[in-house]
Amino acid sequence: MIEINNIKKSYKTGSTELQVLKGVNMHVEPGELVSIMGSSGSGKSTLLNVLGLLDKYDSGSYLLNNVKMEGLSEKEAAFYRNRFLGFVFQSFNLLPFKTALENVALPLYYQKVDRKERLRKAEQYLERVGLLNWKDHYPNEMSGGQKQRVAIARSLITEPKVVLADEPTGALDSVTSEEIMALFKEVHASGMTMVVVTHENEIAAQTQRVIRLSDGLVKNQVPVL
Amino acid sequence: MDFDKWQEIFESLRRHKLRTILTAISVWWGIFMLIILLGAGSGLENSAKRDFEDDSMNTFFIYGGVTSLPHKGLKPGRYIQFDNEDREILDERIEGIEYTSGRLWLWGDNLTKYEDKALSFDLRPVHPEHLHIEKTIIEQGRFLNEADLGSFRKVCVIGDLVKEELMPNIADPVGQYVNIKGIDFMIVGVFTDKGWEGERKNIYLPITTVQKVFYGRDRISQLLATSDSKNMEETMMMKERIISSLATRHNFDKEDNQAIYIWNNFENFKDFQTFFGMLKGFLWFVGIGSILAGVIGVSNIMLIIVKDRTREIGIRKALGATPRSIISMIVTESVFLTGISGYVGVLSGFGIIELLGYAMEKFEVELEFFYKPQISPAVIFSALLILIIAGVVAGYFPAKKAATISAVEAMNN
Repeated sequence: MIEINNIKKSYKTGSTELQVLKGVNMHVEPGELVSIMGSSGSGKSTLLNVLGLLDKYDSGSYLLNNVKMEGLSEKEAAFYRNRFLGFVFQSFNLLPFKTALENVALPLYYQKVDRKERLRKAEQYLERVGLLNWKDHYPNEMSGGQKQRVAIARSLITEPKVVLADEPTGALDSVTSEEIMALFKEVHASGMTMVVVTHENEIAAQTQRVIRLSDGLVKNQVPVL
Repeated sequence: MDFDKWQEIFESLRRHKLRTILTAISVWWGIFMLIILLGAGSGLENSAKRDFEDDSMNTFFIYGGVTSLPHKGLKPGRYIQFDNEDREILDERIEGIEYTSGRLWLWGDNLTKYEDKALSFDLRPVHPEHLHIEKTIIEQGRFLNEADLGSFRKVCVIGDLVKEELMPNIADPVGQYVNIKGIDFMIVGVFTDKGWEGERKNIYLPITTVQKVFYGRDRISQLLATSDSKNMEETMMMKERIISSLATRHNFDKEDNQAIYIWNNFENFKDFQTFFGMLKGFLWFVGIGSILAGVIGVSNIMLIIVKDRTREIGIRKALGATPRSIISMIVTESVFLTGISGYVGVLSGFGIIELLGYAMEKFEVELEFFYKPQISPAVIFSALLILIIAGVVAGYFPAKKAATISAVEAMNN
């Protein structure tokens, strides 16, 4: 599903160039649940941004769903983000002035799906994450766990190829984290390919494989037993 | 109708009420001022037009001067004095001339007496066709006619203000006698005039009678001739013909520009049109300047809005928003904001101009320099067009900035 070969990426800050990814190789099979671990500064966020088509890379190759992600225009990147990818963020990133239902429906707006159909489908996904009763509530009326469930519903509504989660439990207490991971596993069990970036061992341990990143390179890939 | 987009626009404006209102006021003020300025300009223009409409549009006023060039053995320095024959020459020999008349100045106190009242009015000895040249309107009786002039009748036509001051209690003054400079004249008519008020304080007298009674000589101080031509070239040719006819009769050089003076109000009208064209241009310039100030305000606000919503824009991008949809969102909001506030500005400006015009008519306010202010549909249309363009321009640059925001950086914001 994801194939990355020798990806390099550097940032320029003034006169100094900072090499963040120094030739990353990794792949994710369809239906896999993989975690990427690494300390801060290891390049894991940058890697996730590259995987998420939110940032460009300097060299190497990236195949997503067998499509070459190379030299994309802003418009093309937007298209693939919308069709192939679902995002779950640490800070939820829900729009505060939209209800749970509208937040879930938003990605379909960029597919030009008719509003009625959008909201109908959003209800289905809210039900799947167990929050149909909360559909008319705004994010600030919900708990962190509920917000993350809404965000997960939003990431799934476009039926993406891969769900990318960036520290999805980073802002949650341990009980809620467990609930969210249970939901992740449930989604994974339905056949979704998932990549979770985390620095928590307990979270990584719940995935099938851990990719450890250190100093811009993949240190090792360990299947979780 | 893209419900979501509009929901977001209203939401964005609602969240920052004060900012929205202040921005709206700046645009409103700009367009309001433009409309008021143009309305006031039209009021000035219409009042000037009214004055021109009062007199025949294309009138030659001819005065005698003093020769400055020797001609056919005659030395310079001769006075050119017109008489009745000059008027006949203009009337009969100049092609394209419609109406002609002479005027004669009367010096002294010009006292006009009626019963126990003695007041000074302007006395204006003229020929009958003067009626058409001055566009005098007869209210009672008649104007002077050829018979009055032919038999030197002591008759007069008085302005309605003359009647009011001299004989306010007399309903029909026709047939009454007034004593002008010691001689009794019978009133044969009362007139009014649409020009300035002073016109209505004139007393018209048969020019031949005045020549005979007060001068003892056949004299004309000023010749008037009108043409129905609205063409500048024709008018200039007519002027040439008038000069050469008078030059032949009075023996002066055609090139002598001090022998006679010709003043043509059509030339003046042209100048006037140019002047008001320039005035209008200036008013547009000032008006657009104030709109521009408003637009820059909107653009600034949109920049702040974009900054405020950086995170939101980042989220949208992650979810698949194209740069184009981001630009469209910001530009629509900008056009909406300028459009609505500008529209209110147009309406209120238009309302005030209309109200002013209505009030002036209703309360019969007559100002010499201001008359029937109006805003044409074309002006309203252009103003609205300017607004839309302004809205797009004001929104575009902030939107462009928003579209280039990196989703990653935006979400970390």
